[in-house]
Amino acid sequence: MHGTFNAIGFLTRTRRPGRIDVTDVLSWLWLVGGTLAVLVPVLWAGLSSLKPEAEITRFPPTLLPVAAVQVEVQGYDKPLSLWNVTVDGETREMAMVRRIGLKAQVVDPENPGKPASVDTKSISPVQRLTVATENYSDPLTRFSFLTFLKNSVFVTFVATILTLIVNALAAFALSKYRFRGEKAIFVLIISTLMIPLTVVMVPAYLVVVGVGLVDNLWGVIIPTVATPTGVFLLRQYMLTIPDELIEAARVDAASEFRIFWRIILPLTAPALAVLAIFSVLWRWNDFLWPLIVLSSRENFTLQVGLNAFQGEFSVQWHYILAMTFLSLIPVTIVFLFLQRYITTGIAGTGMK
Amino acid sequence: MVRWASAGLADRAVDGAMAVVEAPINAVERLIGRRRMPYLFLAPNLVLFGIFTFLPIAIAIGYAFTGGTDLLISNRPYVGLDNFRKLLSCGDYLAPGSCEESLFWTAIWNTLWFVGFNVAATLLVALTTALILNRAIAARGFFRAMFFYPVLLSPVVIGLIWKWFLDRNGLLNAFLQMLGVPPEIFLLDVGWSRFFVVVVSVWFHMGFYTLILLAGLQAIPKDLYEAAAIDAASPARTLFRITLPLLGPNLLVVLILLMIRSVQIFDEAWVLTNGGGPGTANTFLVQYIYQMAFAGDLRLYGLASAASVLMGLVLLVLTLVQLRLGRKVES
Repeated sequence: MHGTFNAIGFLTRTRRPGRIDVTDVLSWLWLVGGTLAVLVPVLWAGLSSLKPEAEITRFPPTLLPVAAVQVEVQGYDKPLSLWNVTVDGETREMAMVRRIGLKAQVVDPENPGKPASVDTKSISPVQRLTVATENYSDPLTRFSFLTFLKNSVFVTFVATILTLIVNALAAFALSKYRFRGEKAIFVLIISTLMIPLTVVMVPAYLVVVGVGLVDNLWGVIIPTVATPTGVFLLRQYMLTIPDELIEAARVDAASEFRIFWRIILPLTAPALAVLAIFSVLWRWNDFLWPLIVLSSRENFTLQVGLNAFQGEFSVQWHYILAMTFLSLIPVTIVFLFLQRYITTGIAGTGMK
Repeated sequence: MVRWASAGLADRAVDGAMAVVEAPINAVERLIGRRRMPYLFLAPNLVLFGIFTFLPIAIAIGYAFTGGTDLLISNRPYVGLDNFRKLLSCGDYLAPGSCEESLFWTAIWNTLWFVGFNVAATLLVALTTALILNRAIAARGFFRAMFFYPVLLSPVVIGLIWKWFLDRNGLLNAFLQMLGVPPEIFLLDVGWSRFFVVVVSVWFHMGFYTLILLAGLQAIPKDLYEAAAIDAASPARTLFRITLPLLGPNLLVVLILLMIRSVQIFDEAWVLTNGGGPGTANTFLVQYIYQMAFAGDLRLYGLASAASVLMGLVLLVLTLVQLRLGRKVES
């Protein structure tokens, strides 16, 4: 009893206890409406991806994946479709043999005798909940989905590791040393924050061609590794680590790289984690740059593959939606587990 | 026992690997001295920046003055300001058809149109959501997460999900049919397709801006509101006299970020509208650059670079305005 009361109290808690303001109602309408606006298109795509090919373009659509039932009937070569037939006020499931104008010939699937003739107006198809797992299994086996997946995982993993190492080294130099040109280099790196990839994509492509990385996964990885946001984020964090630790290590005759590896890097773990989450999301979702660099199918990442797929098979929505959903799952899982870190990380750094 | 043993093994493996990496780096340290080590640490980053960011900027400016379709700069004839002249010469700037590069001006007007509506709509939705989430409302964390979720999805996935939702046989048409409205092929209609590109963009990005605004709202001191309550100020007055002025810096950051990112619209619109359709109704600036350089039969790198340089200048101006205003608001 107490539990129920608490739940109601929790859901109806307002700014002023005991009074529900009109603004509270409007707020709830906005929040629930917004949540629906986010969820409905995503869930609709998910539900649709479970529908068999024949059902997916039915209009008006059914909410759940249903399909017409077919049965094997003795004496007939092909499976027959099952229909609800109403005869003399009694409804039975019958298999349709053929349809002639307004009449349909049906047989009892259990006891096939001579077909009976019924009015097509009195019958309706039998539909059952059917999950079309082939929408998911076919792309895995028949198309290059697994290749795309492998490429995406490779790009995401390698690019993230390299991003962390390269930017942490630079941030270490910029936060823990005083040297000639320190400020100029920092400003130079940060100034590139302003320059989006879209502006330099033509010449960046030429450079990738020049270094021989075109249509190569490394051509997707390497140009994106040194990111000004990463340097900035890690440097700000490393500035908070006391320099005395470094001095103490130097007294113990530790090399500079050892200081970086053994002392600074472990202490920077929280900032590295934030950058790692972002890097994974950036690389996994990246589209325009891989689209430019990669040209042969076996090198496509998931996003480029999905795009190519929808161009080639524009009517095969059952496959497209299943593949869309598969590529959405990793991000959703990451989000469910790391939601709080992601949102606070973004609120703290203002980057996406 | 087993766990300890394996942990020790893993530690030793990492130590071993590190010794291999460390040895040459330490040798370099002995050679160049400790004071020069920061340059070594910066080297990988600066080399990559140099090759893939600064060199491309230099090339972009260089290529903008060359013609032809060859990739090699030595095979590209110098044409002076020809590319810029071609892009910018126009009989009537309001009518893209009268321009020499009519697609460029179509893209510019489409982009401006999109930026205007997208900035206004996203700002309004994000601000409303942030204000509501800032109230003492139950399940706030859940709603914040819900609104934020689309931010993490890929533009391709979002384009496909919405394309399916707006399909002729899609859920929206089914809903409209229930209300007795005839079905519509939304993405083949110029007006509707433009409208939904904005809707999808707001849906995609508003959670990010909501988060920034929410962070700003939560930094406003609570005693200001208590004082307003004592003075019996109306909610509207509190909003316009306390909340919005104090949110000013955050609103400005959001506004400029939104503008910069709206100018760069490409991915989700490209997938949603089958590459800018119907016709050129949703062909935006980045798509123009992409098409000129990579998608057409002729690879017009010079023209695309010139368009990139023009776009870079606009973004630079926007960023400088942001820095300027930011300083003004802070002081």
